Amino acid sequence: MIYQLTVFLDNRPGRLNVLTGALSAGSINIRAMAIQDREEFGLVKLMVDKPDEALLLLKQNGFACALKPVLAIFLEDKVGGLHELTKTLSDAGLNIQDAYGMAAQSVFCIESKQLEKIEEVLEEKGFRILSGPEAYGM
Amino acid sequence: MSEKIIYQNQNLECADRKTLEARQLEGLKFSVGQALKTKFYAANLTGHIKSADDICSLDDLKKIPFTTKDDLRASYTDGILATDMKDVVRMHTSSGTTGVPTVIYHTQKDINNWTELMERSLIASGATCADIFQNMMTYGMFTGGLGFHYGAEKLGILVIPTGAGNTKRQLQLMKDFKTTLVHATPSYMFHMATTMHEHGFSMQDLHLKKAYIGGEPHSENTRKKIEEMYNIDAYNSYGLSEMNGPGVAFECVHKTGLHVWEDSYILEIIDPVTGEPVKEGETGEIVFTTLRREATPILRYRTRDLAAVIPGKCPCGRTHRRISRITGRTDDMLIINGANVFPSQIEQVLMNVPEVGTNYMILVSKTGALDKLTIQVEIYSKLFHGDLSELEVLKHKIKDELRASIMINPTVELHEPGSLPAFEMKAKRVIDSRIKI
Repeated sequence: MIYQLTVFLDNRPGRLNVLTGALSAGSINIRAMAIQDREEFGLVKLMVDKPDEALLLLKQNGFACALKPVLAIFLEDKVGGLHELTKTLSDAGLNIQDAYGMAAQSVFCIESKQLEKIEEVLEEKGFRILSGPEAYGM
Repeated sequence: MSEKIIYQNQNLECADRKTLEARQLEGLKFSVGQALKTKFYAANLTGHIKSADDICSLDDLKKIPFTTKDDLRASYTDGILATDMKDVVRMHTSSGTTGVPTVIYHTQKDINNWTELMERSLIASGATCADIFQNMMTYGMFTGGLGFHYGAEKLGILVIPTGAGNTKRQLQLMKDFKTTLVHATPSYMFHMATTMHEHGFSMQDLHLKKAYIGGEPHSENTRKKIEEMYNIDAYNSYGLSEMNGPGVAFECVHKTGLHVWEDSYILEIIDPVTGEPVKEGETGEIVFTTLRREATPILRYRTRDLAAVIPGKCPCGRTHRRISRITGRTDDMLIINGANVFPSQIEQVLMNVPEVGTNYMILVSKTGALDKLTIQVEIYSKLFHGDLSELEVLKHKIKDELRASIMINPTVELHEPGSLPAFEMKAKRVIDSRIKI
């Protein structure tokens, strides 16, 4: 299981800039990102090369942030690649809370309350789950 | 409480009611005598009181009409001055943000009496000359700064007169000089805690034992939050410039309401509409009469602050009656779609939700014919787990609890810690953008 950095940001001009600025100044590389928008605020989800360091850095800068376990799964870059994954989970009755693709389109990150179970089901079906070093790009 | 209770003047602070009232009567006669020397009261008391001799008992207080803020404004600059100007050593004016300022004059004796009350208050909270006191209130016209400063010095405390603002320097001094006491607004205590890390300090750097919080009304939960954040005791200080400033009512170590120093002030709690006294324990408007002030005596002053007398005896042994914290002001009540709402009610709900941070704003606007109430709150970083569903639950929880408390369905917005306006002085958390008719 790997960790995604989730940051609470006000939804107004300049906030994302402050966040990326802080990460950049701390030499943190962003590998993937997605934003969940909720009107006055948004949750920014980041896959970074050094999650623990990034968390500490952002906390020191006053951000509300947290590390959350996620699964990053290799998908085959072909028609039905994603469907194969979702069908597997659907058949097992497992729910994906939220998800996004990583830089390479064939990697898919998912958030769920049943991560361990999902991991088990997917590995059984032969899906390749990324390890920390792979996902963080080390 | 195993610690021994220390008093400034045990006989006076623990006097029985009869002794205290005899003293009050003497003070009232003095004050009426002084008042009649002023232009305002000479004109205003006509038909009610002719001389101090007309005051035979405390019941005669009822013969005296109330004094209002507007009366003080109309008396600007010297309408309420009972002494020769050459005997005055200091004056304070109110902020004047809402119009003409009010002015209060002090003779040397007035300053000495005020200082004595402030020292008494500090002693009641357990402060001693071994403490180091950093005064983070504004000095100058605002009475909070100088009032505490003089009282603390009289007690023999080392005072660091930083005044308000400049958080980094405040923290540096607190660390370097092992500050044990601070005086600040609750907003500033929060501001300091949330920005501490940015300035390169942590709670481990501090030696703080007590904070005196005042200058703006706040809830019990706000106090608890400050106490938990800093791991200290926080004491509620109440005062108003018309009655000197701080040192009018203060909490003792038991923190169960604020002792009003009744040798120096007569306390009344009235129904703000009828002007009649409320039953003991009921909330009403605080009315004060000065008993010792030479230069600017004020009789039956309507403070517009709402509070209740706390019945029963305080375990500290002091007999001076206690009032509750200020639960609102007669003039800060909002009428939203016909319902009366006090900002303090909203604060009470918000500060009871652990996930809510230290800052909030209350916005009232008009959409069509209806009033709209929007509550902006900052989330508390430590309780953020990165979960959207948790945030949605939080929003609904705040909404439901507000609806249960104020009978209005507000819009709740969540914001980043540190994103809402921070107040280093008196917080202004209500923005009413409805067009005033």
